[in-house]
Amino acid sequence: MLEIKNLSASIAGKPILDKVNLTINKGEIHALLGPNGSGKTTLLMVIMGMPRYEVTAGTITFQGKDITKATIDERARAGIGLAFQRPPVVRGVTTRQMVEICSGSKDEAQTKALATRLSLEPMLERDINQGFSGGEAKRAEMLQLLAQNPDFAMFDEPESGVDLDNMAIVGGAMAEILETKEMRRTGDRNKAGLIVTHTGHILEFVNADFGHIFMHGSIVCNGNPRDLFAEIRENGYEECVRCNKCQK
Amino acid sequence: MSKVTDRLAKKRAEWAKLAETAAAKPAKFGPDIDLTEYVDPADMAEVDTLKSLDKQMREAALYAGVDADETFRSGSYFQVDHTPIYRKVQEAYNGQLEIMSTSEALEKYEWVQDLWWSAVPVDQDKFTAKAELEQTGGYFIHVFAGQKIEKPIQACLLLAESNVSQNVHNLIVIDEGAEAQIITGCTVKNDAAQGIHMGISEFFIRKNASLMFTMIHNWAESFHVRPRSATIVEENGTFINNYILMKPVKSIQMFPSAVLNGDNARARFNTIISGKKDSYIDVGSKAILTGKNTSAESIARTVAYDECAIYARGDLISYVNESKAHLDCRGILFSDKAQIWAIPALAADGAPQAELSHEAAISPIAEEEVEYLQTRGLTKDEAMSTITRGFLNIDIPGLPPALKSYIDHVLDAADKEAL
Repeated sequence: MLEIKNLSASIAGKPILDKVNLTINKGEIHALLGPNGSGKTTLLMVIMGMPRYEVTAGTITFQGKDITKATIDERARAGIGLAFQRPPVVRGVTTRQMVEICSGSKDEAQTKALATRLSLEPMLERDINQGFSGGEAKRAEMLQLLAQNPDFAMFDEPESGVDLDNMAIVGGAMAEILETKEMRRTGDRNKAGLIVTHTGHILEFVNADFGHIFMHGSIVCNGNPRDLFAEIRENGYEECVRCNKCQK
Repeated sequence: MSKVTDRLAKKRAEWAKLAETAAAKPAKFGPDIDLTEYVDPADMAEVDTLKSLDKQMREAALYAGVDADETFRSGSYFQVDHTPIYRKVQEAYNGQLEIMSTSEALEKYEWVQDLWWSAVPVDQDKFTAKAELEQTGGYFIHVFAGQKIEKPIQACLLLAESNVSQNVHNLIVIDEGAEAQIITGCTVKNDAAQGIHMGISEFFIRKNASLMFTMIHNWAESFHVRPRSATIVEENGTFINNYILMKPVKSIQMFPSAVLNGDNARARFNTIISGKKDSYIDVGSKAILTGKNTSAESIARTVAYDECAIYARGDLISYVNESKAHLDCRGILFSDKAQIWAIPALAADGAPQAELSHEAAISPIAEEEVEYLQTRGLTKDEAMSTITRGFLNIDIPGLPPALKSYIDHVLDAADKEAL
């Protein structure tokens, strides 16, 4: 579904991503683990096509088409979705409008049903993210992705700033978006996803199939996400660089 | 000659004398205009129903908030050029309000003569002078004491002929304990028309009364507009003024004021302006707080395109300690040839405990907001348009749903036109 080849990118002339290679097939959920500042968010932003990031080398192919130069909305309409870590406040645009934009319809009953499931009904008439708590902002991101129903969904630190109760709701919504709730086997699913996390807590709620450790703008290690986290908890991220087993 | 008519003749002579002194006096703000360029149009015949107006007129009126199908209105006044062609109070509202031309009201009531030019000075400038010396109609809307009029009253001032000067003088009285909403649409039949509209409006909100007044201006690129409005709000009275300008205009200059004379009186000005082409727009609001526990709020949202210049003024002036007022003025510029000047002014005169504040900002739409909407599938232009539309979407507390949906309709229509 998504194929990234030798992707390098910079922001304001400063290189951030360095020859990233990553393939995500239909039905697969990948977790991207790494310390703060390693470039994980940048990778998601570059996949989404944010113009402030300049692709200096490599390609991004989605559903067989080269989208390296496509605009953000072309990628969104092609089936890529992104849940932001810190979504912006958009004054004058309500949560309800955002859901309608995502779903492409003004189905009031559907909007209400989705909002109710995420305990966001009182927020529907409020400007999106205006005065939202951390949990509300994350749930609002899930609400929009559920309405958008992308084939490939990316989640940037979905557990940050969220208490345990909210994490269960967010995790439940992610599982629904990624079809892992009903279909436990990758071969049964039509969706795919990439979850960025540096604590790994969200993986208690959404089962990832593959894990990658991201450091200094590159993938430095691949493996089972749970094993990778166990290793990190014990020896820290630097051990991955030192060990270098994957590269061998 | 009746006693009232006789009295009016004397009053007219006094007003004319004062007006003569200001006949050549330019306005304090805005470009000066040579008023001798404009001619008198032919009189129009009155109509029995607004549905009998020609399609172009009905559409122009509808776009300015005035619905020829009066089902959702309690009463209507319709003036074309110099002629009031229609005024009607819907049957269900008989005995609750009255609508007529101000010329008729002046002939009918002595007290109307006493209110005439009591809020706006007749000698303010050449435009007030012209409206007195050559008045061409205007509406009188009077809501009787204690009446709550749930359906809006509508008034349309339409210009059909080109090169005409429309000099109307309106008088609105909401009597003690009454509540009403008025929609006024000022518009032209033909977008290519030239002309000038001078509109004097004097509002009197009596004790415990409230008025939500919504004015939608749809002028044309060669039109000059010089409204002169003032409102007197008595004890516990509420005045809400919504002003919407979405179409190009040659020049418009107005600075409506609300004087909060009565204790606990409140006023709120909501101004939405989308300036296009080479429009010169100088629009403000002024709240003067003289009663105890009075409060005022002035909210303005302006967007400027093309070569438009917008001057957004806002004065909050307090003379009493127990008073509070806030001004919030924000603008977005969409062209490097456009201008927005936000000019707030606060004054506390002999009132050290008065609380007056303002926020004014002119800034572009944040890129991250546009990108956020793009991630949900909107193109960049659609995202900009959605955010701009939201920016203009002022939250007006107490706005009746019908009026809200109408304002949304006007903004949406203008938005589509801009695209």
